[in-house]
Amino acid sequence: MLDDTDRRLILATQAGLPLTPRPYHALAEQLGLSPQDVMVRLRTLLDRGVIRRIGVVPNHYRIGYTANGMTVWDVPDERVDELGEQVGRMPSVSHCYHRPRHLPDWPYNLFAMVHGRTRADVEQEADRIAAVLGSAVRARSVLYSTRILKKTGLRLQS
Amino acid sequence: MTETERVVINGLQGGFPICERPFLEAAEKLGLGEEELIGVIEGLLDQGLLSRFGPLYHAERLGGALSLAAMKVPEAEFDAIAERVNAFPEVAHNYARDHALNMWFVLATETVERHRAVLREIEAATGLNVYDMPKITEYFVGLHFVV
Repeated sequence: MLDDTDRRLILATQAGLPLTPRPYHALAEQLGLSPQDVMVRLRTLLDRGVIRRIGVVPNHYRIGYTANGMTVWDVPDERVDELGEQVGRMPSVSHCYHRPRHLPDWPYNLFAMVHGRTRADVEQEADRIAAVLGSAVRARSVLYSTRILKKTGLRLQS
Repeated sequence: MTETERVVINGLQGGFPICERPFLEAAEKLGLGEEELIGVIEGLLDQGLLSRFGPLYHAERLGGALSLAAMKVPEAEFDAIAERVNAFPEVAHNYARDHALNMWFVLATETVERHRAVLREIEAATGLNVYDMPKITEYFVGLHFVV
């Protein structure tokens, strides 16, 4: 579990790290902790998967990845885990989940988000996914985002 | 975009070290100087090519619940309905998509009970059915963009 110091550390870093040669020392000073404590806590959060990774987070629209397709697939439930693992390993897939169907409107149970520079790129990647899924595919679709209606960061509240 | 900016975006989407001089260590791997790397990251942030530099947190492991939901919204009412849905602070992202289910949003709630309550409140506020699509299994989350 996260303790209060972890929460303070998360609040102080979720918008970013200080851009100074010793960023963890700067954080330690800001939070009244030792630099060692800050570094050990961050390593622990990384090992536990609370931090997915540390680095640059590109704004994918601004670097040219403007086509975002949510590819959705109807595959047999008994094979969805095996197939989801394979699709999740494909380089163009950013998110891959098993989700519930809502019949008859929504027959799809496997979701794979694909980012590309153009819709043609996304279609090509969807065909690659189809090739991996093979005869397990009973139905497929790609939903493109046409407008962002709301986008707020997912932030821990202070 | 300069060649150095490209090197930083392609080479530093993860693995930034946790040590006394992390920029120095990361810069050496990329063939750059410490101050040079800091300057490039600052420039990329200023240009909006990066949305952030630092740790990327796993929202659910911070204690919250995330869930995807969709609605079939009549085109004539689309903007009005979007406004009502977006008014809920629990709605973190909302996208229009080209399908009969044409509105897709992510709910971020502290508890499962709150998640169910918000879905009911959104149905009451819009008069529309919400298709709840919580994840059953996560196979992969992450992406390396190449520029």
